Amino acid sequence: MYRSLFPRDLFAEFDRLQRGLGGAFEYSPAIRGLGRGGYPALNVGHTPTGVEVFAFAPGLDPASVDVQLDRGVLTIAGERRAAAPAASDEKTTLHLNERFAGRFRRVVSMPDDIDAASVQASFRDGVLRVSAQRKAATQPRRIEVQ
Amino acid sequence: MNDVKRNTQTSERPQPALLPPVDVIEDASGITLYADMPGVPRDKLGLRVEDDQLTLEGEIDLAFTEGLQSTHAELTLPRYRRAFTLSKELDAGKISAEFAQGVLRVRIPKAEHAQPRRIEVRIG
Repeated sequence: MYRSLFPRDLFAEFDRLQRGLGGAFEYSPAIRGLGRGGYPALNVGHTPTGVEVFAFAPGLDPASVDVQLDRGVLTIAGERRAAAPAASDEKTTLHLNERFAGRFRRVVSMPDDIDAASVQASFRDGVLRVSAQRKAATQPRRIEVQ
Repeated sequence: MNDVKRNTQTSERPQPALLPPVDVIEDASGITLYADMPGVPRDKLGLRVEDDQLTLEGEIDLAFTEGLQSTHAELTLPRYRRAFTLSKELDAGKISAEFAQGVLRVRIPKAEHAQPRRIEVRIG
């Protein structure tokens, strides 16, 4: 067990609290992890007729983004270059470097009734929007009584 | 201590906002700042300087989410805000900015008198 060197070590207290909470919940995350804090950030929403996926991918060249739908799994992949010049120039100093740079790949599993031919993607203000329609056969339908 | 207390009571509390990630690069003639603010249209972006404080603000256009039931959200707030304190060798009057595809680029030049100058060392 963690024993604090200082009697009122705040971090030790947090650690103890976290362990206690971890034991309290039977925690089983999704198989692809929580995925928070990744690039691009994803928001997913549903309408009665379709699914919308928003990928917040600022500074990307839309032509270089690879969007694929394969067996119900949507993959968004690409590369973002660093804004900062290489450190070779000794006159520049990088004070903060929080923005993502490099290759990325994010995967979302789509509902089963998505019509693969209907998927469309658009890019505006740094947001990639992927819209997919549900198959017409699975839409609720009113049945006439003869 | 008293000062802090009074401030929180009198000024209206700002709405919660996301902290946009930034890169800050300094070279001989100034500082360049890049901030990621995806989803903000150009007319809802705000950049202002008060005293020595530079504030970036942006409202995310939520019109596209109308009629949508959210099932998974990593972006949970509709606005960004972040502030920086400028140091006195920077020329706040000559700040320029560009905004494209959700990335804000701000250039803050150094004041003339603060440009690099080689200092002669005299031997006496």
